This record gives sequence, structure tokens and C-alpha cells, in this order.
Amino acid sequence: MSTTTTRAAAPAGATTPRRGKPGSLARPRYGIHLFLIIMSVLWLIPLGWAMFTALRPKADTDKFGYFSFGGAFNFDNFATAWTQGGFASLLTNSLIIVVPSVIFTLLFASMMAFAVSRFSWKFNVTLLIMFTAGNLLPPQVLAAPLFQMFKNFELPYSVSGSGSLLNTYFAVIAVDTAFQIGFCTFVLSNYMKALPHDITEAAFVDGAGVWRQYWAIIMPLTRPALAALGTLEVIWIYNDFFWPLLFIQSGNLLPVTTGLNNLQGQFLSNYNLMAAGAIITVIPTLIIYLALQRQFVAGLTLGASKG
Amino acid sequence: MSVITGDAQAKAGGAKPSGLRRRYSLLTRRDKVVLAAMVFVPTLIQLVLIWIPTIISVLLSFVRWNGLAFSDIRPAGLANYTFILQDYPPFWPALQHNVLWLVFLAVIATPLGLLLAILLDQNIRGSRIYQSIFFAPVMLSLVLIGVIWQLFYSQNNGLLNFLLGTSGTPQAVDWFGNPDVNIWAALIAATWRHAGYVMILYLAGLKGVDASLREAASLDGANAVQTFFRIIFPVMRPINIVIVVITIIESLRAFDIVYIINRGTNGLELISALVIQNLVGEGQVIGVGSALAAILLVVSLVPIVIYLSRTFKKDA
Repeated sequence: MSTTTTRAAAPAGATTPRRGKPGSLARPRYGIHLFLIIMSVLWLIPLGWAMFTALRPKADTDKFGYFSFGGAFNFDNFATAWTQGGFASLLTNSLIIVVPSVIFTLLFASMMAFAVSRFSWKFNVTLLIMFTAGNLLPPQVLAAPLFQMFKNFELPYSVSGSGSLLNTYFAVIAVDTAFQIGFCTFVLSNYMKALPHDITEAAFVDGAGVWRQYWAIIMPLTRPALAALGTLEVIWIYNDFFWPLLFIQSGNLLPVTTGLNNLQGQFLSNYNLMAAGAIITVIPTLIIYLALQRQFVAGLTLGASKG
Repeated sequence: MSVITGDAQAKAGGAKPSGLRRRYSLLTRRDKVVLAAMVFVPTLIQLVLIWIPTIISVLLSFVRWNGLAFSDIRPAGLANYTFILQDYPPFWPALQHNVLWLVFLAVIATPLGLLLAILLDQNIRGSRIYQSIFFAPVMLSLVLIGVIWQLFYSQNNGLLNFLLGTSGTPQAVDWFGNPDVNIWAALIAATWRHAGYVMILYLAGLKGVDASLREAASLDGANAVQTFFRIIFPVMRPINIVIVVITIIESLRAFDIVYIINRGTNGLELISALVIQNLVGEGQVIGVGSALAAILLVVSLVPIVIYLSRTFKKDA
């Protein structure tokens, strides 16, 4: 932070004349760049190393050592990991959990947010506080009671192989939804509160009911926040490790993030396969991140900036 | 949900009273039913899947139970707590590790994220690329971070020991396996993610700071450091509070990364991991696990309550 003067002109155009010592005007910020480049390299090393390891056949790393450039580079490990690790089914399971969880979360959170932010009633702030607090609890606090509740919730064997809610996607989807509703309600209620009141007043005068105000007026206006939260929630629920670990016992039902735990045992001594498996797991989030980085960042900061 | 007249906007926003005030009592019967349903369903989900289990968790901490038949539940008073405090060896290390986790994130990871945000906020060339790089670990799961760093830290095949020149020698450190160092190795991996998270939040905060404040400070002859600590940082107070809360909560919630390394044993004990160790596995000592969960709950409620009371003070 050696440059006092250049930073003062904040907005991108920087049309205001720079003040201060004339000498600093031309001084490029080598120090800052050097620091940032070193940090970037450090930051990329773990991912880069995983990629490097994944691209090399095990036989070659055994022969030349892991830290060497000898031998072939190819995608064979990815193909092997894909079939041996059963990634097709792991990723499908993730999809089965993520899609309904995100839809239910946004649907219920937007209804709740609409009711607490657009109307005033006795417990609206109390309920909003309860929702927000619920999202902040460590999940492990709820583990034992939820496990017992689901174990003792009997279902016909045609619906669930375990005869209960355990080892089913219902359990994971329900708890993921419940856990994420709090955060989304908080963010959406702040967003909806900021929408002008006149728009729903006008609709109200025209005889639009509550549902119409919610679905036809407020929801379309909330779309930017919904998009940002949707992106964020897809990544968060995809990345969730704990709930499937707790509720799902059959390896073939696990989503990919939790399944990775088992693969670690399966690929034990084969770091090349493990690295390939890890990279495969990153790919879906990477695609979402690259395509919707702006939404993802917006989702994160929406929650924080209104705090 | 009792009926109250008034206006959400006037109460919460306060600033602009609208001409026609919304009265709940003006709603038709059908609208009230719709609105009640919109509140009822999400609230029921929250109660049944979050708050009732939380209460049950506290209740279970006062019983002895193996988790099988309900008829086996025996009252235990405070026995689970005295057991944890006196006869349960992993508890105190776990508590220390949780505190260490918090201190490390607060002293190393969070300031690092703030520093990156400050540097990247200066219209620096390639700022977007740097941001994408530092932010990339935030989208990874902590499980994946554990796996990726395992490859980096591995005793004989990891990059770190190659770079240190100890690979293959008896001096090679097993970074995730050695109980003297593995907590630090895990903390560095956690920092990798946390710093990027903090950076992106502060970048948003810095963008929101009024440029005229900086102009005024620089006109008054303040240098960059003075401007930042005396003006910019205090102005970002709302973000600072969020960051403090996130840092505390993350350190209490830390679980995935130690669980994937060794299930939170042998130098990596954390309260959250101990909870799970007592609930699953052979023992199934639900009472002890629940008592640990209750301790975790009480500790967590401190930052949660502080955060909520600050956030909702203006509304209440």
C-alpha cells in the first residue's frame, strides 16, 4: 500500500487529476504485483499439483517419481477413475439431491420472505430472526435427533429400501432445504423490503390477491436475487458433505462430495486416480463458477452487505 | 399469527411513508388464508427439522441411551457432562483445537483476505484474474480441499516434501498424519478457502465506500494507511461484523476437512467431530454425543445472538 495518490481516484474512469507527489504518478506498482503474483502462484499450487498428478499414468510416476516430468501425459486416469469410482452414478445422485433442494429452498424462502417483508404482523420479525439463526447453527448439533426421527419414520418398503426415511434422498433433500431456507429468507426479505411499496399497493387496489402479488409482481422483480441465490445454493448443496454422510448408508446412493470419502479408501495407494477423481468432482462447480461467477459472488455479498 | 395493523415498510424502512398504508386487516379472508399458508409451511419445516431437533439434542444430553429402543432411555442427570469434563480425553484437545482454529482464521486467514481485497481494489491491472484465482477455492467443498491438500502434503509422494528435499528420507513429515503438525496443515488448507471468501466480501464492501471520503482524506493529507484505518475500515462496519460472525461460525462448524483426513482423531480432534464419533460407530453413546452437541450449541449461540441483535435491532 505504498501508493497514496493513485488510489484516491476511485471510479474506473479515473478522470480526476491525481494529487500529491508528481513522482508517484508514474511509479508502477511493482511491489503489489510481485506480491499478488507470488500469492497467486501459491494459491494455484495445490490445484495445479492435483491436475499434474492426474494427467500422469501411475506406471510413469512409479518409475520417474511423482515430482518429475518423465513419461506420458494423458487422460487415462480420468477414464479409469470415472468407471472404477462410478462417477456417473455419483454425479447423478448429486443432481437428484441438488435440483429439488434448491427449488424447494427458493420457493419456501421466497414465500416466507414475501410474507415478512411486505406485510406487518405480530411475529414477523421474530420468525425472521428464528429463520436466520437456524441457518447459523452447526449441523452436528442436530445430528442425533434428526437421525432418530428419520430412523423411526416408517415408510413402506416399496418407497424406501430401509423401511424408514434413513438411506433415502427425501431425508437429505428435506434437511438441506430446511437448513438453507433460513439464509435465503434473510437475503430475500431484505431484497423485497427494498422494492417500492407502491407497486403492490396499485395491484392491491386493482383487486390482485396476495398470491398474485407474490407470484406475478414481487417474484419477477426479485429475479436477480433469486438467480444469485440459486447459483450459490447449487454449489453449496453440491458441496454438502455432512447430511448425506449421516443419512445415507448405501454407497451407491451417495452424492459425489460424500462419495469421495469412500473413493479415498478405494484408490488408497493410487494418488493419480485420486487426483483424477478430485478433478472430476471439481468440474461441475467449475463450469457453474465460470459461467455464473457474477451470480455466485452476488449471492455471497447479498447476504453480507445487508447485514 | 395474530392480526396487527400497520405497514411493513413504515416499520422497517421508516424513511418513506406511503400514501396508502397497507393494513393486514384490509385483506380478504381468502388472502389471509393464502398468507397464513405461505408463512406456515416454511415455519413448520424450520420447526420440525431445525428447532425441535435442537431442543431434543439438549434433552438427550441428560440421558443414557444406546440409540436403539426408546424404552432403553435412562435419566442421567449431569453425568454426561461430568464424564466429558473429567474422563473423556479428547474433549480438552478438541476445545483447544476449536479455539486454535478460530484464532488462526481470525489472525491469519481473515487479515490475509482483507489485504488481498485492499490490493485488488486499487484498479490494479489484471485485478479480475487475481480475483478469480484467489476466489476459486471458495467454490470447492471442504472435502475436496482435504483431498487436494492430501496430495500436496503426502509423506512420500506429496509436492511439499519434494520441495523441502525430505521426500523419501526418514525426515519426511507426514503432514496430515503426524499429530504434532496436522492441525496446522489442516488450518493452512482451511485458510486457502477462508481468505478468498473474506476477500470477496471485503471487495464488495470497499466498492460501496463513498469515493468522496477518500478524496477528502487525501486532501487533508492522510496517507493510505491512515485513510484506511481511520476512515475506510470504520465505514465498513456492517461488513466487519459479518466477517467476524462468519469467522467464528466457520471455526465452530469446521468438520468436513478433519473428518475426511482421519475422522477427527489423532491431533485433529474438534468438538463437531467428537459429536459424530459418539453418535455413530460401535459405542453409540447418544447421551455423550448430545452433551457435546449441547456444548457446541451454547458456544455457537453467543456469536449468533450478537449478530442477530445487531442486525435486527433497527427492526424490532
